[in-house]
Amino acid sequence: MTSLDLKAPAAGEALSSPAGGPPRRRRLRIPDRLRRGGLPYLLLLPALALELLIHLVPMVVGIVMAFKELTQFYIRDWGSAPWAGFDNFRVAVDFDAPIGAELLHSFWVTCTFTVLAVGFSWLFGVTAAILMQEGFRGRGVLRAVFLTPYALPVYAAVITWAFMFQRDNGLVNSALGGDSFWLIGENSFWALTIVAVWKTWPFAFLMLMAGLQNIPRELYEAAAIDGAGIWQQIRRITLPSLAPVNQVLVLVLFLWTFNDFNTPYLLFGKGAPEAADLVSIHIYDSSFITWNFGSGSAMSALLLLFLLLVTAVYLLLTSRGRKGADA
Amino acid sequence: MPRSTPARSPLAPPPSFVWTRRIVLTLLALFALLPVYVMLSSSVKPLEDTLGEWSWIPSRFTLRPYVDIWETVPLAKYFVNSLIVAGAATVCSVVIAVFAAYAVSRYRFRGKRLFTVTILSTQMFPGILFLLPLFLIFVNIGNQTGIALYGSRGGLILTYLTFSLPFSIWMLIGYFSSIPRDLDEAAMVDGCGPLGALFRVVVPAAVPGIVAVAVYAFMTAWGEVLFASVMTNDTTRTLAVGLKAYATENNVYWNQVMAASLVVSVPVVAGFLLLQRYLVAGLTAGAVK
Repeated sequence: MTSLDLKAPAAGEALSSPAGGPPRRRRLRIPDRLRRGGLPYLLLLPALALELLIHLVPMVVGIVMAFKELTQFYIRDWGSAPWAGFDNFRVAVDFDAPIGAELLHSFWVTCTFTVLAVGFSWLFGVTAAILMQEGFRGRGVLRAVFLTPYALPVYAAVITWAFMFQRDNGLVNSALGGDSFWLIGENSFWALTIVAVWKTWPFAFLMLMAGLQNIPRELYEAAAIDGAGIWQQIRRITLPSLAPVNQVLVLVLFLWTFNDFNTPYLLFGKGAPEAADLVSIHIYDSSFITWNFGSGSAMSALLLLFLLLVTAVYLLLTSRGRKGADA
Repeated sequence: MPRSTPARSPLAPPPSFVWTRRIVLTLLALFALLPVYVMLSSSVKPLEDTLGEWSWIPSRFTLRPYVDIWETVPLAKYFVNSLIVAGAATVCSVVIAVFAAYAVSRYRFRGKRLFTVTILSTQMFPGILFLLPLFLIFVNIGNQTGIALYGSRGGLILTYLTFSLPFSIWMLIGYFSSIPRDLDEAAMVDGCGPLGALFRVVVPAAVPGIVAVAVYAFMTAWGEVLFASVMTNDTTRTLAVGLKAYATENNVYWNQVMAASLVVSVPVVAGFLLLQRYLVAGLTAGAVK
């Protein structure tokens, strides 16, 4: 989300000359000196203060907690918990012991799940957006239909899916003519992936639809005059023009899907089945069931480290190709 | 209903394209609507019919579940809690985002880049990462000062408004930047202060963007599950937690759960579908440059 959004303010800077300029006849409500230098900071203050309180401070606290032996006995006064050094981390990455092995398993499950869910969400989104680029009857209604899964509150939607996946009275078994369990055992992975794709692809569709509106019409006209058919236009013009949207979209989808907590939590209730034990739910369960916040925090910190690494590498790889085109 | 987009080609698309479009879009529409149909049809079945083999068409029709949901669980209370929390979080989030976006789009100042990057990077943190510390911080603030953030609506409102804030600021920066600067400079010449220019010129011109951001903020707060499940108690429970408990009892009243799911979805889905074109317009202006 970084390289794109920063352009907007940069473009504005050249034009603005907040101080100086034409003679001022106005009554000043804010002292002049403050207005000139301090006003932008004043305007940013509420946003900054809240983000600090709710996101950044807890994150720092979380990293400190990861180095403490923070069990249920110290919840009331966590400052007094003894330091644990790297013990929590050592336990988390000791893949021969049960705790580490379970975390590693959960990590692989999450990776597979993320690749599948993001891949299909993007595919469905881009297909629908391209097929709906041109006007046809019923397009507006169809767009509303496609966005419905995105608009539904996640709990209402996932609870409905849980009902559909019930063994005895569910739609899925009835339609497939089987009597398998979907919410426990191996199948639970597929149930989770289907629900995640259903829930996520409308967002990809929304973003790509917005991206398509910025492709100049002349490109298509020129291509049509040159004799390019519609499929060729899609391959040569539409898909390449979506590259900047895709760069942001794929990253956002990856982060949301990898961190997804709601879907497994609502689909399976407490305690996800082993085959669908995503990292978020794994950390939640191991923190709130055993009340060992220290080891939970260590796992969260490792997760953050992994996400930072992937994001950095991804942005580096994807912007290298685009830098030349932008300049 | 939606704005017309530039047509891809002046020529009519070939039949192969038209048929692909029909088939693929029909399949996707069925996939998207399947759970909605399940909700709708199950919510008008008697309980026995939702416990036996699944049937596509309700054989017996009843509106009883829609009456019962208000008595089986305190749904009205959850509803009010969700409404208060989501409403307050939306109002605060929009106001704060308007100020921040105005600063970024209209002023040059030190640390602007840092601010935008920091705000946006909070989006990538897994909720689980700051859930535990935030829980402890809220509990400790409560113990030290007596301000009850843990278990109160206030704590939840504060938390939720920060969830929608980054995306809202980001979208509004794009929106504000597309409003000609001459407009607010003219207002300043006419005797408005910078805040006057913001409220009399920029905000009225950005109404579609602000509406889109408000819809997004409301949906975010209305649908949040993780923090609601940890940060609320019996009196402040929101729909997310209430409905989940409803659906994981030992004997689930599936017809009632489906009716309740439908009822809690209607406000957000209706609002979203009515205002979705603003969201697309806002995304086009803000996100996709």
